[in-house]
Amino acid sequence: MSVAPQERGKGAPQERGKRAPQERGKVVPQGRTLLPVVVHAPRGVGHLRGDESFPDAARGALADTQLRRNLGHATATIRDKRAKVVGEVDDWEALRTAGKAIKDHTMARLPELLTQLEANVTAAGGVVHWARDATEANQIVTRLVAETGSREVVKVKSMATQEIALNEALADAGIEAFETDLAELIVQLGDDKPSHILVPAIHKNRAEIRELFARTLPGVDPELTDDPAALAGAARQHLRERFLTAKVGISGANFAVADTGTLSVVESEGNGRMCLTLPETLITVMGIEKLVPTWQDLEVFLQLLPRSSTGERMNPYTSLWTGVHEGDGPQSFHLVLLDNGRTAVLADEAGRETLNCIRCSACLNVCPVYERAGGHAYGSVYPGPIGAILSPQLTGIEDNASLPYASTLCGACYEVCPVKIDIPSILVHLRAEHVEAQRETRRVPTAEAISMAAASWTMADASRWEKAQTASRAGRLLGRRRDKDAGRIRSLPGPLAAWTAARDAPRPPAETFRQWWARDRGADT
Amino acid sequence: MTAAVPGRDIARETVLTRIRDALGPDPVVPEVSRDYVTGSDLEPDAVVERFAERVDDYRATVHRTGHAELPATLAALITASGAGRVGVPVGLDYAWLTELPDDLEVVRDQPTYDTAALDTLELVVTASTVGIAETGTIVLDASPDQGRRALTLVPDHHICIITTDQIVHTVPEALPRLDPTRPLTMISGPSATSDIELDRVEGVHGPRTLHVIIVTD
Repeated sequence: MSVAPQERGKGAPQERGKRAPQERGKVVPQGRTLLPVVVHAPRGVGHLRGDESFPDAARGALADTQLRRNLGHATATIRDKRAKVVGEVDDWEALRTAGKAIKDHTMARLPELLTQLEANVTAAGGVVHWARDATEANQIVTRLVAETGSREVVKVKSMATQEIALNEALADAGIEAFETDLAELIVQLGDDKPSHILVPAIHKNRAEIRELFARTLPGVDPELTDDPAALAGAARQHLRERFLTAKVGISGANFAVADTGTLSVVESEGNGRMCLTLPETLITVMGIEKLVPTWQDLEVFLQLLPRSSTGERMNPYTSLWTGVHEGDGPQSFHLVLLDNGRTAVLADEAGRETLNCIRCSACLNVCPVYERAGGHAYGSVYPGPIGAILSPQLTGIEDNASLPYASTLCGACYEVCPVKIDIPSILVHLRAEHVEAQRETRRVPTAEAISMAAASWTMADASRWEKAQTASRAGRLLGRRRDKDAGRIRSLPGPLAAWTAARDAPRPPAETFRQWWARDRGADT
Repeated sequence: MTAAVPGRDIARETVLTRIRDALGPDPVVPEVSRDYVTGSDLEPDAVVERFAERVDDYRATVHRTGHAELPATLAALITASGAGRVGVPVGLDYAWLTELPDDLEVVRDQPTYDTAALDTLELVVTASTVGIAETGTIVLDASPDQGRRALTLVPDHHICIITTDQIVHTVPEALPRLDPTRPLTMISGPSATSDIELDRVEGVHGPRTLHVIIVTD
C-alpha cells in the first residue's frame, strides 16, 4: 500500500484534517478535489490544551495577588537584564534579520535538510526515529528505555517532551522520569504545571520554594533557608547521586545542524551536561523545525538566544555532540524527530513563521497580558504571545479558540523576538480564521455577526448614525454607579454582556463629537 | 511500498509527505544575508583584555602568567584550593605539573575510571581549544589535553589554561576553529541558575569554582 494516499484518505480516524489554505478548490484531472490533509496534534495526549478558556483561567490568576507579585518581580528583572546585554550588541538588528532569514530558508528546504540531518547523525553512530504525533513519540521513547532495562531516566528540561507528556507515558510503563533542571524539579515536586518556557516555576517565589523543598526532599536540612544559593545547593545534593548512577538520559534540542549532524543543548546549571554525558544511553526528542542548515548558522543563534533568553552574553554551558563519540559520553544515541502538528503550522503560509521560534521566552517577559495572567492561564505548555499563536496552530483553532484573543496587540513581543516573528499579525490572522470557522459550523449567526451587520447598516447613513449616537447616551446611565468605576461600564445588559464578560466598556460621553462641533463651531460654518 | 515496511519508514514517509504537501510544489527559498559582524575591530592585546574582563564578569577567577611561571602559578592555585586529589587528562603537558607539592595526588584519567571514580577527584586541570572574548567563553573539544567531557564535569573545581593565540574576539570567529565531529563544551563562568525569581546564583550541578589561567607569552 502506498503511504501518501493513506495519508490523504478521509477515513483515517485520528486525522481530523482540513484542507491546506493554498490548496483550497484545486482540482485534479480526475475531477476530484485534491485534499492534502493537514494533521494537527491529536487530542487526548500531551499538554497543548487547557481545561478552560483563557478568560476563565485568567480570572483565578488575576485574583491571586501573590502570583501577580511574583510574576511582576521576575519579568521586570529579566526585562532589564535582556535590555542591557542586547544594548551592547551593535549589530543586533542584523543578527535578527539573519536569524529570521536562516529559519525561513530552513522551512522552505525542510524535507531535504531533515534527510541530510538523518544521514549525518546515522553516519556518526546515532539512530534516527520519526514520530507523526505525541503518541508515537511516547511509544518510541518508552520502547527505547525499556530496551535498556532501566526503570528510571534523568531528564534535562525540554519543551518537546513536556508538549507530548512523555513523563506521564513513561510512568504508565513503570519508568520514573527525574526532572533535573531546578525549575522543572520545583514543578515536578509540587505536582504543579510549568508556567514559563525558560523558568517553568516563575510563578513561585523563594519562600514558597523553600517550603516545598522542606516538605518533599528526602533528608533535607531542616534549617534550609530561602536564600536562592542555599536552595540551589539543596537541589544539587538531591540530584547528585541520581546523575552519577543514571543509565538513560533524555533531552530536547535547541539546535540541530543539518550539514554536520550536530545536536546542541544550551543550559546554565550543568544538569544538561550531566544528562548528556554520564548515562550510557541518550535519547533526544526534537521538533522537526529545530534545525539549521549549516554549522556557520550557529554563530547567529548562539548570539541571539542567550541574550534574549536569560539576558546573559552567553549561557554557562552549551553542549554540542555529533552521534556517538568513542570513549566519551553515551555510547548509544537516539534522535526522535517529532511532527505533532508542526506540518499543519507549515501548511499555513500566514502562520508558518511561528515555527521559526527558538524558545527564548523574551516575548513572555515583555507581554502585559502574560505578566498579569501568568502562564497557566494559557492551558498549553507554550504560554505567552508565542503560545497564543503556536498552540492553536498545533491543535487546530477549535481547540484553543480563546488564545488568539489573549493579547492587546501592543507589539512588544515582535520588538524583542530574536527571529522577528510577527506575532501580532499572526494573532489577527488566527482571529479571522476562528471567525471563519465559527461561520462555517453555525447555522444561526453569532451575536457578534448580528451586531456587526447592524453597525454596518447604521454607519452607512449619516442620519441613522446620528440617531444611534444620541441613543447611545442612554449608556451613561450604566456607567455612573461607583466612583472607582467612573468612566467604565463593567457589565452591559442582555446579549451585550458577552462583550463585558472579559473587559470594561467605556461610558459614552455626555455629547458626541458631532454634537460638540455643532454647538461650539456651528456658528462659524 | 509493501505492507512489510517497518513502522519507522511509514512514519518517516508520512512526515516528509506532509511537509512537501504543506510547502507546495515550489517553495521560495530566501537568501540569507550576513550583514552582522563576523570579524574583529580590536587589537590582539585588547581582545585578551576583553576576554579577561568578561570571564571575570561571570564570577570565574582570571589569572595571567608567562609560560615560565605557569607551573608555579598552577601549584599555588592548587595549594590554595586545599584539594588533595587532582585529576588531569592523559595528554596534559607534564611540564606544567613540575612544581606541584609532593603530597598532592595527581590522577591521570583513564577510560576505565567510572563516574564514581571521577567523583573522588576534588579538582581538575585542563588545557582548552578556543576562548571567545566578547562572551567570556572557553570551549573544550575533548582533545587529549582537555579530556573526555565527564572529567571536567564531575569534579567541583576546574582550572583551565588558555594561551593568548587561542582567544578570538567574536562568536563568528570561534566556530570555524571548532571541529563539529568532536564533542564540544562551551563554558561561560561556573555553573549557575536563574530559576529562583530570575536572580542569577552561581554553583549548581557543574563545577562550582572555575579558574582561568591566561598564558601571556
